Amino acid sequence: MTAPVRAADWSCPAPLREHARIVLGHGGGGILSAELVEHLFLPAFAPPGPDPASPGTDAAVLADAAVLAVPGGRIVFTTDSYVVRPLFFPGGSIGELAVHGTVNDLACRAAMPLALSAGFILEEGLELDLLGRVAQAMGRAAATVGVPIATGDTKVVERGLADGLYINTSGVGVVPAGVDVRPDRAAPGDRVLLSGPIGEHGIAVLSVRENLEFGGDVHSDTAPLHGLVAAMLTATRTGVHTLRDPTRGGLATSLCEIAAAARVGVEFTESAVPVPPVVAAACGFLGLDPLHIANEGRLVAFVAEADADAVLAAMRAHPHGRDAVAIGTVTAEHPGVVVARTAFGGTRVVDRPLGESLPRIC
Amino acid sequence: MRYLTEFHDPRLAATLLDTIAATATRRWTLMEVCGGQTHAIIRNGLDQLLADQVEFIHGPGCPVCVTPLEMIDRALTIAARPEVMLCSFGDMLRVPGSTTDLFTVRAHGGDVRVVYSPLDAVRLAEAHPDRQVVFFAVGFETTAPAAAMAAVTARRRGLTNFTMLVSHVLVPPAMRAVLASPDNRVEAFLAAGHVCTVMGTAQYEPIVAEHRVPIVVTGFEPLDLLDGVRHAITELEAGRTTLVNAYPRAVRPEGNPSARAMLEEVFTVCDRPWRGIGMIPASGWRLSPAWSQLDAELRFDIADLTVAESADCHSGEVLQGRLRPPQCPSFGTTCTPRRPLGATMVSAEGACAAYFQHRRLSAVGGGR
Repeated sequence: MTAPVRAADWSCPAPLREHARIVLGHGGGGILSAELVEHLFLPAFAPPGPDPASPGTDAAVLADAAVLAVPGGRIVFTTDSYVVRPLFFPGGSIGELAVHGTVNDLACRAAMPLALSAGFILEEGLELDLLGRVAQAMGRAAATVGVPIATGDTKVVERGLADGLYINTSGVGVVPAGVDVRPDRAAPGDRVLLSGPIGEHGIAVLSVRENLEFGGDVHSDTAPLHGLVAAMLTATRTGVHTLRDPTRGGLATSLCEIAAAARVGVEFTESAVPVPPVVAAACGFLGLDPLHIANEGRLVAFVAEADADAVLAAMRAHPHGRDAVAIGTVTAEHPGVVVARTAFGGTRVVDRPLGESLPRIC
Repeated sequence: MRYLTEFHDPRLAATLLDTIAATATRRWTLMEVCGGQTHAIIRNGLDQLLADQVEFIHGPGCPVCVTPLEMIDRALTIAARPEVMLCSFGDMLRVPGSTTDLFTVRAHGGDVRVVYSPLDAVRLAEAHPDRQVVFFAVGFETTAPAAAMAAVTARRRGLTNFTMLVSHVLVPPAMRAVLASPDNRVEAFLAAGHVCTVMGTAQYEPIVAEHRVPIVVTGFEPLDLLDGVRHAITELEAGRTTLVNAYPRAVRPEGNPSARAMLEEVFTVCDRPWRGIGMIPASGWRLSPAWSQLDAELRFDIADLTVAESADCHSGEVLQGRLRPPQCPSFGTTCTPRRPLGATMVSAEGACAAYFQHRRLSAVGGGR
């Protein structure tokens, strides 16, 4: 009589042993794919097990689809893809960006994150060690936020068809009752608040990619903003009209998009916008506008005049908003157009950059 | 020197504005030669603040704007060849040629690279010995030394796969062309400071003397520009025609002798057509005969391209200061940065782009 089959012995005793790099088989859905999930992604994402606070959620098993228990209210759903080059840069990596970016898209609709998905497009030949470091960065970022990476997918493309590693993350979050934050709520009289200095992410990435030095250290500002938003909403539940994280295209693009969506004009004082000296130096050197440079840990808020001081104080009391400033106001004049008041008293129209002033930075 | 803060100081600017207002007895017409100066003026609103004292006519000093159409078309033809890697400054990629632009060539498979320095193109040639690397050398005397340095470096390293498509242009002949125009209104020039950093100031003495026009060598930060205007107004009000160096922190009378020596070694002066303006005698640089093996026009067969400008583009009149961008019937309608008819709407230094980006409200009759 033969011994019973022991399924546990089927698992590879030396996981990922044959390959220090991604091979096409890692995307084939077979044993190699399973090994990658079991030995690389699962430990990195460290699923905490069933969340006692969310009975019914099975996010811990990292299956093809996750079941989420949703508290009453409205759901926010978003997706974003991350193609940054280089993958690691001062202050972070594509891993932190992939978590923070999607959490921030939820936060800018005032949603507290409930769960994320992670999709990976990997290039044949990518070092497993590098992928492991990216996954661990994602895991750490998600743990800091307190959001599970609940489901995922991996595909591998042939060498030369991708730039190492692309990540897509989607996220769902829940909006607190009574909160209504959307681009077209910005209204004449609103104050425009900015959570901190601009341009650090874009210049940090540029500095390592082009091997340029600008006379000072510059680190990406990548950070999750859901906590800052929660702090702002404690100051007023209804007064926060519009939130936006100024990523690609920078602050100028965010202001222009909101002005267009809400059919209002925006006026801001250029000298009120904090630009770190190293960002100013890099932009001066390369002929770039700091208003067009990407950020990954900042938000701009349009807040009812009566609530603006309280919201600004709440922002400054939060670690991710301690340098928050009021930069301008919303006006009924020149709807759709953003106007900057220059330091010398003149004015100019501020527009979005036409295309990319820099290649792929977020 | 903390030029980003010190030369942007609003209090010092207010003092200079007061001085200019107290000095000017009438409105004077000044031409800032360089496109970088145009953008700084518009971006900081200096033209608004000086509206009662100065009419700025925006000069032809945008290298991207004046690069002749046939030269763009040659670059496009070369870039489309399978063995070629064409390297250029970023601004050139969107400049429309007769039928397409470098971005489109790249989207169709052409190998077009943006470089920050001509020496980056030399490095690419070293790293890719199987590719023909071509540097598209455009610009005024400011950028030419770096191109000359690239030629010298490529020869020193024995590279046989590096060539240059040279379309350098010279500022003083263009200023003479403006002054010789029958409808010239320019009463004083703000000369392009960085050109003078390389070439020095002596070449402007004969222009001042022959045309009885003050020339003020001027920098690019807001306070530099206001100081340049102050000097120009002072000269005009006093009835003097003098060459003034208002940018002494970057400009010496003799310029940069080593750069000039290298320019003289590598380039030779030639006639050059300026886009929108026409042929200006002795207004350009080409590779001198001793460097002809680096000449992309000889390496590749690009003879006799026929070219045609858009009839609706008035960039020539803009470049000569005869038309303000918003006065062009195409401005903001059929010609925008997204679909430029001419190079002045493309370049970061182009006057039309400056007005479109920063002055659209007044230009198209909106609010203020």
